Amino acid sequence: MKILVAVKRVIDYNVQVRVKEDGTGVVTDNVKMSTNPPDDNAVEEAVKIKESGKAKEIVAITIGEEKAQETVRKALAVGADRGIHVKVDGVVEPLAVSKILQKIVDKEKPDLVFMGKQAIDDDCNQTGQMLAALLNWPQATFASKINVKDSSLEVTREVDEGLETIEVNIPAIVTCDLRLNEPRYASLPNIMKAKKKPLEQINASDLGVDTKARIEQIKVEEPPKRKAGIKVANVSELVQKLKNEAKVI
Amino acid sequence: MSVLLIAEHNNKELRPFTYNAVSAASKIDEDLHILILGNKSEVVAKSASKIPNVKKIIHVDNEIYENFIAENYTSAIIKHADAYSHIVCSANTFGKNLMPRIAALLDTSQVSDIIKVISADTFLRPIYAGNAFATVKSNDKKKCITIRPTSFEPAPASGGSAEIVKSEPGEAFKNSKFVKREEIKSDRPELGTARIVISGGRGMQNSENFKLITAIADKLNAAIGASRAAVDAGYITNDHQVGQTGKVVVPDLYIAVGISGAIQHLAGMKESKIIVAINKDGEAPIFSVADYGLEADLFEALPQFLEELNKLNTIQK
Repeated sequence: MKILVAVKRVIDYNVQVRVKEDGTGVVTDNVKMSTNPPDDNAVEEAVKIKESGKAKEIVAITIGEEKAQETVRKALAVGADRGIHVKVDGVVEPLAVSKILQKIVDKEKPDLVFMGKQAIDDDCNQTGQMLAALLNWPQATFASKINVKDSSLEVTREVDEGLETIEVNIPAIVTCDLRLNEPRYASLPNIMKAKKKPLEQINASDLGVDTKARIEQIKVEEPPKRKAGIKVANVSELVQKLKNEAKVI
Repeated sequence: MSVLLIAEHNNKELRPFTYNAVSAASKIDEDLHILILGNKSEVVAKSASKIPNVKKIIHVDNEIYENFIAENYTSAIIKHADAYSHIVCSANTFGKNLMPRIAALLDTSQVSDIIKVISADTFLRPIYAGNAFATVKSNDKKKCITIRPTSFEPAPASGGSAEIVKSEPGEAFKNSKFVKREEIKSDRPELGTARIVISGGRGMQNSENFKLITAIADKLNAAIGASRAAVDAGYITNDHQVGQTGKVVVPDLYIAVGISGAIQHLAGMKESKIIVAINKDGEAPIFSVADYGLEADLFEALPQFLEELNKLNTIQK
């Protein structure tokens, strides 16, 4: 079995994001970038499946500017076998990303495609479902447990009401929740080895996919600020404030 | 222009957030229709027809819709898509799972999780865990949109009388199968719609200690929330998680107990009207969004809190 894992480079989850004064976006200069957190879970799960002997090859793919390669190198350092970097500058909307991934799936013919359920930058939560639609494959979204069977996956999904279990036939798309597993850290020797693993570069334009934005970003602004609160001295003051000042209890 | 809203329901009743989605959808255009895909779901179609301002209910009843599999839903929705300028649903796990599958087949770039309708093609949506708001304009002919339900008031449940039109099911998708759903039943208000939410974090230390929170939730008729750390540690089940990738709540009162206030948690609760933080670390980021902060050991503060509540003559329900 072959697994394709898609990873995205985003502002690190620990960074306090700041809005640019001119309203064109958020500050990314000199800001720490990392792999989108649930994409790390997607890589980890693929590696675990390979370690269990159920998969032969893991291909990690990213789509983005030159530096996006770092995320593929990281995947290679924790167990992916080879990498693909589809080069494209600027914002690529999930629809275009899924069209690019569709082209790569046509070429690579993986049995499974894994990725995080949502990117923490645009918070869209679309790409996996869109790719599943374009391929007419089943989709197992928000996965917190995956059981690999002979020709199917049993997937536990995190839904609003609790947990849902579905069975999807392979080939399938899985989007991963943070609770799926605990991503491992790359060891230094493995980071060095990863530098020697093959990483193919493809220009998005060569794939014949139109990546032009369909959604115009008119402005980006800071959310309204909450007015400063107060510290109360003790519990009775707190309850009194809630009752008589805020009038919420 | 016409708007098609995909209803979320359980074959017995509409899920509460469908009413919030109706409010948002009717701000896009007055010609609002609701599509109900279910199994033995006549009663759902009836209750949808009573929502004022809804012009038509399209009801498709078939056993393939029993468990709301997105792959089955999609073929039915695509059949109706031609007649509409907008296809919308709630941005909860139901809609997040479903809408992109529709959008891709319609070759539309979806606008996710809108919190305001500025015009029929322009919307406000949070990005970066709500640390920025983006105003976006969709240039696609047909628009696929998910709506953050807690940003819109629910539409009234009665007063309307829309016609109910029956329609044929779409093709069944053979490669996805529902196995089971572990739904946690509770007599408490739903987390997403509760007037008061009290949440526990890593500071609770174990699941046993959540009893301290339960006791106060009982007293205040509140829903119980949790940070991701508390869910990951196994103190409480995932359906309680509040945050960027969990639930977004906007109660009148949010009480955060033993929660440090990571960006990802704040994303799920910082629009609450009144926020209380109880934490022994005075530097915890949760205090930066709290209207009332109490720097205290939660194991002392929570029993005292319950005691003080018991002293009150009346408590709003």
